[in-house]
Amino acid sequence: MTILQNNSPFGEKLGLLLRNGMSLDDHRNGILARSAESGHYNGIKDLEFKERDPIGYERIFSKVRAGLVNSREVAKKIAASPIVEQEGELCFTLYNVAGDCVATSTGIIIHVGTMGAAIKYMIQNNWEINPGINDGDMFTNNDCQTGNVHPCDIATIVPIFFEGYLQAWVGGVTHVIDTGAVGPGSMSNGQIQRFGDGLQITCRKTGVNDTPLRDWLHESQRNVRTVKYWILDEKTRIAGTHMIREMVQETIADEGVEAWEQFALEVIEDGRRGLVSRIKAMTIPGTIKTVAFVDVPYTHPDVNVPSPFAKIDTIMHAPCVITIKPNATWRLDFEGCSRWGWHTYNANPTAFTSGIWVMMTQSLVPTERINDGARYATEFRLPKGTWTNPDDRRTAHADAWHFLVSSWSSLWRALSRSYFGRGYLEEVNSGNSNPCNWLQGGGINQDGEIHAVNSFETAACGTGACAMKDGLNNAAAIWNPEGDMGDIEIWELAEPLLYLGRMQKTNSGGYGKYRGGNGFETLRMVWGSHDWTMFFMGNGYMNSDWGLMGGYPSATGYRFEAHNTGLIGEDGRIAAGKSIPLGEDLNPDDCEWEKHLGPDAEVKRDKQCITTEAIFENGDLYLNYLRGGPGFGDPLDRTHDNIQEDLNENYILPEYAQKIYGVQYTQDNEGVYTVDSAKTSARQAEMKEERKARSVPVREWMETERAKILDLDASPQVKQMFASSFGLSDPFLNEFKTFWDLPADWNLLESSLGIPMFGSDVTMDISEMPDCKPVIMTEE
Amino acid sequence: MTTYTKKQVNDLVAGTLDWDSVHKMLSMPKDAGRYALYMEVLQDAVTYDDKILLAVGPHLNIVESATDGEIIVKCNCGHDFGDYRENWKLGANIYVRDTAEKMDQVYPRLMSPDTTWQVYREYSCPSCGTMLDIEAPTPWYPVMHDFQPDLKTFFEWVELPAPAKI
Repeated sequence: MTILQNNSPFGEKLGLLLRNGMSLDDHRNGILARSAESGHYNGIKDLEFKERDPIGYERIFSKVRAGLVNSREVAKKIAASPIVEQEGELCFTLYNVAGDCVATSTGIIIHVGTMGAAIKYMIQNNWEINPGINDGDMFTNNDCQTGNVHPCDIATIVPIFFEGYLQAWVGGVTHVIDTGAVGPGSMSNGQIQRFGDGLQITCRKTGVNDTPLRDWLHESQRNVRTVKYWILDEKTRIAGTHMIREMVQETIADEGVEAWEQFALEVIEDGRRGLVSRIKAMTIPGTIKTVAFVDVPYTHPDVNVPSPFAKIDTIMHAPCVITIKPNATWRLDFEGCSRWGWHTYNANPTAFTSGIWVMMTQSLVPTERINDGARYATEFRLPKGTWTNPDDRRTAHADAWHFLVSSWSSLWRALSRSYFGRGYLEEVNSGNSNPCNWLQGGGINQDGEIHAVNSFETAACGTGACAMKDGLNNAAAIWNPEGDMGDIEIWELAEPLLYLGRMQKTNSGGYGKYRGGNGFETLRMVWGSHDWTMFFMGNGYMNSDWGLMGGYPSATGYRFEAHNTGLIGEDGRIAAGKSIPLGEDLNPDDCEWEKHLGPDAEVKRDKQCITTEAIFENGDLYLNYLRGGPGFGDPLDRTHDNIQEDLNENYILPEYAQKIYGVQYTQDNEGVYTVDSAKTSARQAEMKEERKARSVPVREWMETERAKILDLDASPQVKQMFASSFGLSDPFLNEFKTFWDLPADWNLLESSLGIPMFGSDVTMDISEMPDCKPVIMTEE
Repeated sequence: MTTYTKKQVNDLVAGTLDWDSVHKMLSMPKDAGRYALYMEVLQDAVTYDDKILLAVGPHLNIVESATDGEIIVKCNCGHDFGDYRENWKLGANIYVRDTAEKMDQVYPRLMSPDTTWQVYREYSCPSCGTMLDIEAPTPWYPVMHDFQPDLKTFFEWVELPAPAKI
């Protein structure tokens, strides 16, 4: 069935938008064909404009780039949400008429691709005819089946016309606090399907003549919890896109239409060449293998989901082979990934392929000239049916970041092997922390309003160690290069949660010659709320980061929450002047905070770092522990001066400094540590001998591990992960069997595990929807 | 084109390079001469005569054997891990932290993985005991063959003569 027509009841006709008389779809298909045939964007083999008039070319780029950055900085002041205003979770991007990115602002530049995918979806699905594309229109998209990362990233997309013809598109995106999902908060996890994932808008025309439509305003505002923030976020996006539209129109008027049209194509080929140049300058050709995992522990009673088939423990799995080719292009193949699941951690291909540039701009292409050219120099292969390319239209995506960040971190680690190999030690990063916990919840806030929260303190986790220096403490997150934990005073305005402490998290970074940066922790007390719930979102049973070249992974997460604490009220410990939990949870195994609570306090202190809504009364406590980064190199190579600093700055617990670094020290009356270097060296020599004594040859160990596999001796979640990957990938299964020398007929089927396997056999893809042509930009 | 001295590269490897120089290395276009200087610095730090071709880790290099020209992986202590196209880890020693008690030696109980989900595999040199790599996979996971360089193309990229036996 099709309802697509080439003539609109409103009078729109194909081919009227572009000066060349082509439809948008034909125009884009021509670019794709010329790119595929030539290996150059749009078949552009010579940068004719740039070479003929480099000043003019750079003048246009500078105007565009400066205009994008400036518009972002101005527009974000409109927002009231600390996620946008404090953390900078917004981005503006300019596209050519085919929806390919020309340039982008700073910020969450994952949306270079996601908004481009939305524009391409409109092009491919004939928005040109219905609902029509006119000067002054606004389109809104947050549909995860149309390229968005997760529903809370709301994009406003505006066409830019000049002298009656479409000349560009501009998109603005903000991360809103709430989208009206089953669970409150922008990245909630109580839901397991799209139908509980919050409001989803598919490239809807939401404004005409520069005016938002009232039906859109009324409908959207009543479908979310945090209306004030929602309204101001939309005003932010509209203001920014309109500023950029004006800037582009002025640029075209100054430089000429022909110059603009040539620039808007050539700059993307320029971007493609930029990536090729950097690959050749910094990496080593060949193949690099890497892998990432993250835990999805859903059998725990504190995870309440609506459907019984979701109550299973699983592990998400992302192996990757990076092939750096002799022509300095590259291919990233994710053969062997596990299947999508009944949780909110699924991702679509655009989220993956676009998001990767957030990370790459922090190492491989640290340039302002990031655009879709980099994508044209990159082959992505994301097998259909996996967590990052679901073949079912029911999937939820609210916290797609749970695994996206982990899988990207492994890519950074992998590329670092290449940087290290040829001497660019300053670019090496052992990987980043899994940026979590995501403190979320909702109810009635201190102002008596319906509210939801998602603390973006996560924007300042520990970074991975470099090959020539330690990682940074509480500094950044892989998904936003502009790390910022936000001001306490602002968070306390936005959330009914008082701070009882905010400290760097001792011992959270991975050990090594260079240690990973520590994360930090904040202890929050619920205050002034009504009917309030909260939940945790992060990794706990697993660590999604490895160390590099002998360094240790960072610490995993844990959960601390306390109810009926006896802190507030007339008889509470605060009124009585007694001690209360403050500062840091130095060694969580010591349970220090519990000593400062009332006798009836109920404490949950465990590794269940994913939970769903739990009731929190005023006076209850919640630990927000932001993770550390992994380490680099053998810990026994760490300088004794650095270990001494670790001890005196509280970066490490003394017990673990002794266990890992072998440090021997004295401590004076004021608590200052002094390392005894001679004794430390002697102990470290002993430790190397102990390593040799306790270890076995790898091939010998492989025999024991092989026996465990043949006995199916592993936890249900480990077996489910392998069975899921085997079911989707014969190459992965065969590689596994070859490595472990398993019998030819060996296999592990999901159906043998005795757990629900909804979605493993019968699925329905978005492409099976009537009149729907999804945008596919990766090999599947 | 940005250039650096051998001393600067030496200091970079030693972790003592001043921050202004590090910042310049990060922010400026990469220096094409880095590879050659880096190899000189690494060569100065080892006692063996084999020519270092690439660094695999702070203690591990791909080298051209001084005796027969074969390309092998070698620890700084001289331990030979064999052909560079094979996974050097298969010739290493391993210690697997696969119980809570073993993990207790690394992190507080609440800050370490649950070993029914994830284990740590510590690969060390059988001769000198140096920790060369740590994997953190699920049980059963095949040993990762991290890096397989295309040396022939690499030497074309850096415009230097390639070893005979690649």
